[in-house]
Amino acid sequence: MEQIQTPHGVPLKKQIARALFKQKVRALLLIAPLLIFILITFVIPITDMLLRSIDNSIVSDTLPQTTTVLETWDASTGELPDEAAFAALYHDLKQAIEQKNHTKLGTRLNYESSGMSSLFRKVGKDVSKMQEGISYKEQFIAADKLWGNLKTWTLLKVYSPKYTNGYFLAAIDMKKTADGAEMLPASERIYLNLFARTLFMSLVITGLCLVLGYPIAWLLANLPMRTSNLLMILVLLPFWTSLLVRTSAWKVLLQQQGVINDILVWLGVVSNTGRLELINNQFGTLVAMTHILLPFMILPLYSVMRTIPPAYMRAAKSLGATDWTAFWRVYFPQTIAGIGAGAILTFILAIGYYITPELVGGTQGTFISNRIAYHISSSLNWGLAAALGTILLTLVLVLYWVYDKIVGIDKVKLG
Amino acid sequence: MKLPIYASTGQKVWYYSFRVICGLIFFFLIAPILIIIPLSFNATDFFTFTPEMLRLQPEGYSLKHYQDFFTNSDWQNAMRNSLKIAPVATLIAVVLGTIAAIGLSQSHVPFRRAIMATLISPMIVPLIISATGMYFFYARLGNYMVGTIGMNADVVEYIKIVLAHAALGIPFVIITVTATLVSFDRSLTRAAASMGAGPVRTFFKVQMPLIIPGVISGGLFAFITSFDEVVVVMFVGSAKNKTLPWQMFTGLREQISPTILAVATILVVLSVILLVTLELLRRRSERLRGLSPG
Repeated sequence: MEQIQTPHGVPLKKQIARALFKQKVRALLLIAPLLIFILITFVIPITDMLLRSIDNSIVSDTLPQTTTVLETWDASTGELPDEAAFAALYHDLKQAIEQKNHTKLGTRLNYESSGMSSLFRKVGKDVSKMQEGISYKEQFIAADKLWGNLKTWTLLKVYSPKYTNGYFLAAIDMKKTADGAEMLPASERIYLNLFARTLFMSLVITGLCLVLGYPIAWLLANLPMRTSNLLMILVLLPFWTSLLVRTSAWKVLLQQQGVINDILVWLGVVSNTGRLELINNQFGTLVAMTHILLPFMILPLYSVMRTIPPAYMRAAKSLGATDWTAFWRVYFPQTIAGIGAGAILTFILAIGYYITPELVGGTQGTFISNRIAYHISSSLNWGLAAALGTILLTLVLVLYWVYDKIVGIDKVKLG
Repeated sequence: MKLPIYASTGQKVWYYSFRVICGLIFFFLIAPILIIIPLSFNATDFFTFTPEMLRLQPEGYSLKHYQDFFTNSDWQNAMRNSLKIAPVATLIAVVLGTIAAIGLSQSHVPFRRAIMATLISPMIVPLIISATGMYFFYARLGNYMVGTIGMNADVVEYIKIVLAHAALGIPFVIITVTATLVSFDRSLTRAAASMGAGPVRTFFKVQMPLIIPGVISGGLFAFITSFDEVVVVMFVGSAKNKTLPWQMFTGLREQISPTILAVATILVVLSVILLVTLELLRRRSERLRGLSPG
């Protein structure tokens, strides 16, 4: 078969491929600056943070000889490691004390077992007093009984590897022991409860938003354009108002000496001494977050409902359906896509919320995000914060993937 | 939507009660925002209406909280920082975002979905995770810039926040600009090219004027994202770079002062202005596309 050729004698197929390639390169060149920018300022920092959740190099970096010696030691025998391990510990610690790293290691191990922090702080002085030639084992145990405790050494051995799943186990209320992972005693479990609470409250908020948002979206989609545009302002103004303005409004309204309690007292619903506690608890978080996230439910619902021709409902009714049947069998199924989009969006936003629960949630109305922030800025247990963050992010990404399947990311509408 | 004349009593009752329910929901949406406006003119330091205010006596009202906002150095600093950070972050987001959106809207883009997902990710990832990630990374970057390159520490702090905020604003620019480009008529650029205009000239003279409403509304989103952002700035910035939302956050968490209500009112006015601008832009964009609502 003869090939079709361009006037310059190049096969047409080749010429088209060349043009297409050029186009692709041009598109990529346009995208490249932003892609590099996002990778550097956003993607890499986050990946780097997530990797902290498994990073455990501090133990083997600070105590390189000890961890090597401990590899051959079997904790299950019930005997302390031999003199060689203690000698290695002495040399490692001497090095670490010179570089002032021993307290950092203490802080790290303290996350796993309390008492480690003070043990390692104290060891700085102990090691300098130790003499060579005498058994290090005896000297260490004389300095602090904890060195003669099997638990201390088991801990060192368990946390010797460079990578650990310890933070993840801690994030789901489990603990690493010499014989594998086990659940913490029930009284010490916090994170599973916190995850459950975050999920449960996000679900309730999503549900409330749906119940409140559905009628509003329906009204906006079915009113004449002029009226609905006017009413739309009532939805868009909260959407555009600063998050902190809305949170402070709720903080002011829900206070014990605030407007809502004043009205209730004036109405005689509650007595002046029995003012309701509406804030710094779960109720406060639920109300404020429902208010904040409601526009995110209304807007996707509205955009779906606007495309449903009103004739369908009339047709159903003319065929003998009651109002309810027409709504439930004809109208409602067509809005499922909008409900899915709005619900996932609201839920994704809710589970990652930090500001509002922090300000109006008290101790009972906080979310997992607040715990992450606490570990980053107060307890400085960064590995645990990273592990909690990884779990939260995974959850969000799965939901996001579902959202992409239902709506498509490029179809996200703003305003 | 009108109630038909043959409606039964039950239908009438439902019709009116539905209206009342919707009215209550609208009230729930808007009342908390509106109520802080009169409260901000309170002459006392309370967060509720005083009897004088309810009797509409002028003694019950004053501008003292506004006066405090405009004279207090903490608030003024915060305001200045916010105004220094948001426009620059917006500019970076808009320039890079618009160029990339044009690239993304070409007909043949390899790995389009993956690229799009990456570019939109700052909007999806919960803020607290972005904040912690940036906290570690930017601390190291800052140390490097101050220690190795020898840059001024204050400038480095500022650059860190601007870069972080630009990253957060980019998804909004991408989304609005690609949405505008979908309806952009490609034959116009071909027409310009056939008349001898180069790609750069075509872009500025033909394409840009048509997509400008999308670019501006993306820019407004990016601006408000930065202006309203508090989590990332708290982690990445230092106390010197306290922005307005940050100052509000500390105010709300520690001792809540009524000045916050004055600030909140000013911000509400700002968002009304934004809302009106966006609406005007939307109308202009529809007119340009020939979809005039009449």
